[in-house]
Amino acid sequence: MDIKPEEMIKIHNPIPKKSWMDTPPDLSEGKFCYPAKAKTMEYLGIPNARDWSPADEDWKLPENWQQIIHEGFKDRLDKYRSLKVFMDICVRCGACADKCHFFIGSGDPKNMPFLRAELLRSIYRNDFTALGKLLGKIGGARKITPTVIKEWFSYFYQCTECRRCSVFCPYGIDTAEVTMMGRELLSLLGININWISDPVANCSKTGNHLGIQPQNFKEIVEFFCEDIEEISGIKINPSFNRKGAEILFVTPSGDAFADPGTYTFMGYLMLFEHIGLDYTLSTYASEGGNFGLFTSSDQMKKLNAKMYHEAERLGVKYILGGECGHMWRVVNQYMGTMNGPANFLEVPKNPITGTVFENSASTKMVHIAEFTADLIKHNKLKLDPSRNDHLNVTWHDSCNPARAMGILDEPRYVLKSVCNNFHEMPVNTIREQTFCCGSGAGLNTEEIMEQRLRGGLPRANAVKYVHEKYGVNSLACMCAIDRAALPPLMDYWVPGVDVTGLHELVGNALVMDGEKERTLNLRLEDLPGAEGDSDER
Amino acid sequence: MAETVEYNGKSFDVDEDGFLLDFTQFTEEWLEIVMKEEGIAELNEEHRLVIDVLHDYYKKNGIAPMVRVLSKLTKFKLKHIYELFPSGPGKGACKMAGLPKPTGCV
Repeated sequence: MDIKPEEMIKIHNPIPKKSWMDTPPDLSEGKFCYPAKAKTMEYLGIPNARDWSPADEDWKLPENWQQIIHEGFKDRLDKYRSLKVFMDICVRCGACADKCHFFIGSGDPKNMPFLRAELLRSIYRNDFTALGKLLGKIGGARKITPTVIKEWFSYFYQCTECRRCSVFCPYGIDTAEVTMMGRELLSLLGININWISDPVANCSKTGNHLGIQPQNFKEIVEFFCEDIEEISGIKINPSFNRKGAEILFVTPSGDAFADPGTYTFMGYLMLFEHIGLDYTLSTYASEGGNFGLFTSSDQMKKLNAKMYHEAERLGVKYILGGECGHMWRVVNQYMGTMNGPANFLEVPKNPITGTVFENSASTKMVHIAEFTADLIKHNKLKLDPSRNDHLNVTWHDSCNPARAMGILDEPRYVLKSVCNNFHEMPVNTIREQTFCCGSGAGLNTEEIMEQRLRGGLPRANAVKYVHEKYGVNSLACMCAIDRAALPPLMDYWVPGVDVTGLHELVGNALVMDGEKERTLNLRLEDLPGAEGDSDER
Repeated sequence: MAETVEYNGKSFDVDEDGFLLDFTQFTEEWLEIVMKEEGIAELNEEHRLVIDVLHDYYKKNGIAPMVRVLSKLTKFKLKHIYELFPSGPGKGACKMAGLPKPTGCV
């Protein structure tokens, strides 16, 4: 990054000279995500497949693009009562204005959530309300133009659908859904981004966002097992696509590919082996994440259905879900009416403790943090937290499991059981009020790194506080986008803080039956007190 | 948007970050283009080994190996891969080998 932190933090935020309606978006290089490739769009059946760039003057929109937007908007107002309520109900009180990480980090007024929604709402007023038609601009209405489309593209891709603003909205407007609708309308014109379309296409073809093929997925997991054997002396043979297993385990493919998520995957495997869980992995449902959520409800539905199809095909009782972010928003918020109810599955029950997860009665899917917390609560795990003594940990509540699902206390309970040094970040930056990593909702792409670093500033700032006050050197989280996005964020704003998943720390602390004396952690580094025994990696 | 890079009479289709869009277009000339970007004067046996390993893996699996697997297959530590390819295993080695950029939670 060419801009130094001390420069980036000087956030320019003067009172605008012009009305927001008269301020065009900045779509210069570095200010936009690369568009989806024509080939990928054709594969996914997205209309108007073409090669183009947001930096071009002419976006090659379909001839009747105004009509497409108007009808697309109308369809969605008919289909989703929530959208109509969100369009009508905002009184522009401003409670959300300074709650958005992108507004805090950029100072751009159109990143105030109510104004971002107003970009859509102004067209709604013009097209669908009598008052808007009558009063025009004075009534907050405007006609759609190609510049409005460009503005939508710019700002709906400067929202990570994290819903922090919604926590503060007195009406409970779900701004993420406003962004989702904006992105869906853009998609009708063939305006999509590569970082979302490619994973959705890969997931449709191979079962995961990265395009990992079945034999390769198996090899990768076996590679983890070799490292686990080196660390613990225990050989694990997980099963794949096994019919009749009690549980199907699904986690994001980022955990099978990118560090530090890979260490979290090892943690899962060690835990399941230790408790003798009757589970299987699937090379077909090899992805929990759902980038469909970021582009259209049809794609989201298709990708979510895959996990449940596989659960039905294998005849498992229920699904156990890993440390994924957006998967849980889809499962917890939309699954029930979109693909469900999954009546062919059973209400999840922990086979080791007998706990019935009534909260998952409708989705038939349990979050791993709940599952592990339950094991610890029932004294089913022998843990040696001193193996994580080199770490001074804080907890980043990943937006979707925290805000969309309420998984707040379970990971903290697990964390405090597996490590000795834990400090919370300030109260207005955690739990329901957690700050986004700045790269969610398909925005963890390199070309908009400045936007990501700005959006991640509030999160990084809270980490910096505990880093300086308590010496925190480890940021734990439970989302694969976090694990990919937080390391560059920390390197930029708070050097010296590393990123880890929850179950990496569980795997370190877990005393497995029959294990050898451990000298290495899951990263194959020396454990505290065993320094000097291994090669530096 | 896809662009075309011309070099020594050969043309290559690349993405916005300069990665090859079509692995089958890989040639020795492509190596030279990325070598210049990376500031590598000459390829030694270790560079060649990394590229060969990436090619074999990609032909078999259709994606790049994760970094830890690349380390294991080449027996080079990550630090050494950075010494060989200053932009790292993804933007340096994979790009030079003609592999596409991975996307998703990475």
